[in-house]
Amino acid sequence: MSQASTEIVRISGHVGTVPGAELNREYQVCKLVDTTTCIGCKACEVACLEWNGYTFSETTFDNSYQTMPETAWNYWNLIKFDEHERDDGSMMLLMRKDQCMHCEDPGCLAACPADSAIVQYANGIVDFQEAHCIGCGYCITGCPFDIPKFSPTSRKVFKCTLCNDRVQVGLEPACIKACPTGCLHFGTKTEMKELAETRAEQLRDVSGFADAGVYDPPGVSGTHVIYVLHDAKNPELYGGLPKDPHIPYSVQFWKRPLKWLGNFAMIGGLVGLAWHYMRYGPKKEEPIPPDAERRV
Amino acid sequence: MNGDAVPNRSTARQDNELIPRYSLGERANHWLGALSYIYLLTTGLAFWSPYLYWMTAVVGGAPTARFWHPWFGLIFSASLFWTFKEWHRDMQIDDSDRAWAKAMPNYIQNQDDKLPPVGRFNFGQKLFFWGIFYGVILLLLSGVVLWYTETLPWSLRYVRYAAILLHAGVALITIGLFLIHVYMSAILEEGSFGSMIHGYVTRAWAWTFHRTWYFELTGRSRPKP
Repeated sequence: MSQASTEIVRISGHVGTVPGAELNREYQVCKLVDTTTCIGCKACEVACLEWNGYTFSETTFDNSYQTMPETAWNYWNLIKFDEHERDDGSMMLLMRKDQCMHCEDPGCLAACPADSAIVQYANGIVDFQEAHCIGCGYCITGCPFDIPKFSPTSRKVFKCTLCNDRVQVGLEPACIKACPTGCLHFGTKTEMKELAETRAEQLRDVSGFADAGVYDPPGVSGTHVIYVLHDAKNPELYGGLPKDPHIPYSVQFWKRPLKWLGNFAMIGGLVGLAWHYMRYGPKKEEPIPPDAERRV
Repeated sequence: MNGDAVPNRSTARQDNELIPRYSLGERANHWLGALSYIYLLTTGLAFWSPYLYWMTAVVGGAPTARFWHPWFGLIFSASLFWTFKEWHRDMQIDDSDRAWAKAMPNYIQNQDDKLPPVGRFNFGQKLFFWGIFYGVILLLLSGVVLWYTETLPWSLRYVRYAAILLHAGVALITIGLFLIHVYMSAILEEGSFGSMIHGYVTRAWAWTFHRTWYFELTGRSRPKP
């Protein structure tokens, strides 16, 4: 997005062509997480807290290196640790940096009833506008990745912003900046997809991970955070990364057919009642006839 | 129109005589339920459609509406459960209701004289009551899930998926019932609205719309057919 202000389309008092007028620039941003080179140092977790102004929360020890069981409203970036025993009996420590995936088709945004509480920028970042959030938690239901988290104190929902405040001034997200191994990359979606595919190919051809691949799920029309996995056939191994994420069917049904059906029925009902009154008029009481007792 | 000077009508004098239909408790509870339902309807519709989101402004803004909506839901539920306690015997559906149900087209076409006599409540009122009663149970169960939706663990997410659909679907059914109820009692059937305010109906009203109840109340035995 920030690049838009560097691309000139018209110039005043200028003779000749506009430099770069036919430039085709891609604004879609993407974070690439290469789980195969992550060492679990949690520098990204600390950088996220520092940049976003949160203090380090109390950790929860659960017989693993993981800081806490899941992300929190004030802890948006969490490396999930999973011990995985391979078919040959050897052990792998799988480490995946969990955060908002910035879906191209975001379930949180589809489910949200509050005007302007969730926006999607042209670069693909999905951002919560807490000032407009009403705290209903529908985004929690709409998200296929268990990301939006509710703060009971402010009654608002929070999540990773992909450091939109940094990206819009041309900086990379804080987690990327902090990563010491280079397992985190940031750039355009096309570049990151290429880099990821190259790395996956290398893992398949050179490192002996036959099922290595890129995680960019089509069920949500792709994401602006993509992963390289040793075993792309079983993403669930990596802290429960869903195999085929999509907006929950009940949310899709509720927001599309049921909404149309309901609106049609409510308006139709009002029209029907008005028609009934005009056609048949009011019900009036009848005088009691003298022989009322004999009538049934 | 009642009590017109019609000759040879021995009961004309009694037509406008008032007989009690709803106790003070029943009326107070009805309006507690009605007002809480209107609040729930206003805020619920605002959350339902972006075109109606502006309605939250009337009740203090959307976050405030989100905060109070569940509490008003509890008030409405309490009101309905009290109604159940008071009315469930009167609301039992029996053979006379099945006969009335068959003749319902006459009721819709305002040919009330072609209907079998009914007790304190007719079949339509009973359907409305049971619809709202079971509706409120489902709305309460799904509503609690939506109220504390963030406390449900990820493994129980399907409960959220069910609740969000159930809450909207059942709410729509109650809105349909509500529209018919308001139309019939406040607009269509003259004398009904007042009875929920001051508690009385005229003898003629009771005779016309709730004949069995009228006979029970006036102590006049209904002749065997």
